[in-house]
Amino acid sequence: MTKFIDLTLSGISSGAIYAAVALALVLIWRSTRIVNFAQGAMLMFTTFIASAVIDSGGSYVLGFAVALASGFVLGAIVERVVIRPVENAPPLNAVILTLGLYTLIVAIAGMIWGNTPRSFPAAFSLRGYTVGGTTFLFTPNDTFIVLVVIVVAAALAFLFRATSLGLRMRGAAFAPEVARLLGVRVGRMLTLGWALAALVGSLAGLLVAPSVFVGPNNFDPILIIGFVAAVLGGLDSPPGAVIGGLVLGLALSYVSGYEGSALVPLAALVILIIVLMIRPTGLFAATRERRV
Amino acid sequence: MLTIEELTTDYGPIRAVDHVSLEVPEGSVTAVLGANGAGKTSLLRTITGLVRPTSGRVAVEGEEITRWAVEEIVRFGIAHVPEGRGVIAELTVEENLRLGGLWRGREAMPLREVYELFPRLEERAGQPASRLSGGERQMLSIGRALVGRPRALLLDEPSLGLAPVLVAQIMSLVRRLADTLGLAVLLVEQNARSALSIANRGIVLNLGRVVAEQDPDKLIADAQLLHAYLGF
Repeated sequence: MTKFIDLTLSGISSGAIYAAVALALVLIWRSTRIVNFAQGAMLMFTTFIASAVIDSGGSYVLGFAVALASGFVLGAIVERVVIRPVENAPPLNAVILTLGLYTLIVAIAGMIWGNTPRSFPAAFSLRGYTVGGTTFLFTPNDTFIVLVVIVVAAALAFLFRATSLGLRMRGAAFAPEVARLLGVRVGRMLTLGWALAALVGSLAGLLVAPSVFVGPNNFDPILIIGFVAAVLGGLDSPPGAVIGGLVLGLALSYVSGYEGSALVPLAALVILIIVLMIRPTGLFAATRERRV
Repeated sequence: MLTIEELTTDYGPIRAVDHVSLEVPEGSVTAVLGANGAGKTSLLRTITGLVRPTSGRVAVEGEEITRWAVEEIVRFGIAHVPEGRGVIAELTVEENLRLGGLWRGREAMPLREVYELFPRLEERAGQPASRLSGGERQMLSIGRALVGRPRALLLDEPSLGLAPVLVAQIMSLVRRLADTLGLAVLLVEQNARSALSIANRGIVLNLGRVVAEQDPDKLIADAQLLHAYLGF
C-alpha cells in the first residue's frame, strides 16, 4: 500500500513536469500549427543559464528568475528570427527548422558548458515526508513542483479566458486573417505566444533538472514524454495538456514501480499508439479537427 | 471619404483588378456588381491590404493607406466583412464582438448597442459562433465590424446563401447604417437587384475592369448591360 501511495504521489509530481512541457508544446501548436522540436533544447539552454547563475554565486531564486526571463526572450527571438521568415511557407518547413535549431542549440550548449552533465540544486528538501513513522518518497520539493505548475496553468487559463490580451491571442491563433481584419496585431501575438511557451518550457527544465542533471542531451526524454502528454490531451487544448501530463505521469510511475524503469519509454510510446488508434484527436480535444 | 485611384492587382500573370477608380462618400452606399471572378473580392482584399496592389492608390480622407499593414488599415477605420462571414467559430458570439472593438479601447461601441441592432445575437451571446445559422453569422460579422466604430464598411457578398427575407433585412440595415452612422459603405454583391435597391451608386465590374458606373435606377433599367455582365 505504501508503495502504491509512493508511486501515485511521485506520478503526480513527474506528471506536473510533463504537463508543463506539454503546455509549452500546445501553446505553440495552437497558435502556429508547428510542433516545436527545439523546445527540449531551449529549456536545456535556459536551465544551463540558471545553473551558471547559481554556480557564480547567485541564489536559487535569482537563477530561477533569470532562466524564466531568458526563456521568454529566447522564445520571442526564435519566433521573430527563425519562424517568421517561413510563416507563409508549408508548415513542414518550420518543423524542419525547429529540428535544425535543436541541433544548433545542443551544439552551442556543449561548446559553452561542456558535455559532462552537472548537478542542479532542488528548490526544497529532497527528503520525503514522514507520516506516523512511515517515510514517503514524496518530498517538499515535489510539493513545490506541483504547486508551481498549478499556479502557471491557472495563470495561463486566466490570461486566455479572462483578459483582452488572451482574447486577442486566441483570435490570432484560431483565425489569423480574420483577426487582422479586426485590427489585431497578429505578428505580436504570435511572438508573445512563443515567448510564453518557452517560458513555461524553461520552468519545466528547472523543475526536472535536479533529477536528470543538466547536460546538452539530458532533457530529450522529457520532451518526448511531454509530446506524448500533449497528444494525449488533444495537442490543441491547454487543460488537455495538463490532464494528459498527469495521466501519463501516473501511468509511467506505476509502470516504473511495478514493472521496472527500463519499460518507461516503451510504455509512453504504447500509450501514444493506443490513444492515436482509439481517439486520434486526443482524449480532451477542445475542438474537432479543423480544416481551413 | 474612401477614394480609389487606378487600382491594379495581379496574381502572377492574372490581372484580377484592372485600373479601378471609384469614390465612396460618407453616408452613402456604393454597390459593386459583377459575376463570379469579376474581381469584386480582390478589389476589397486589395483595399484592406490583404493583397498588395501592383499599382494605384487607396486613400481615406486624403490620407494614402495603400501599402499599410492590414491591422493598421483596419485601425484607421476601414472595416472589412469578408466573404463567407469570417466569424471565429471557436470563440463565443460575445467574444467575437468584443474582439472587433479591442483596438478602439474605450471608444468602442458598447455591445448593448450592437444587441439593439441584432437582438438575436444577445440571445446567443454565450454560445460558440460555430452554432450560429448563416443569417446569424452574417449579423455577427457586421455587428463585429461596427463595434470598432469604423468610418468605412466593406461588405463582401452579405446576401450569399441567405433566404430572400433575410437578404432584404440585411440590405435595409446596411442602408440604415450608412444613414445613421454616416458610414461610407462599399457593397460587393452578385445579387444586383437587392444591392441596387439601397445603393447611391452602382458599378459593374467585368474581368477586373469597370464597365459601367451609373445611378442605380439607370443600371437596373439597362437590360442589355445586366444581361451581358450579370446574367439577368
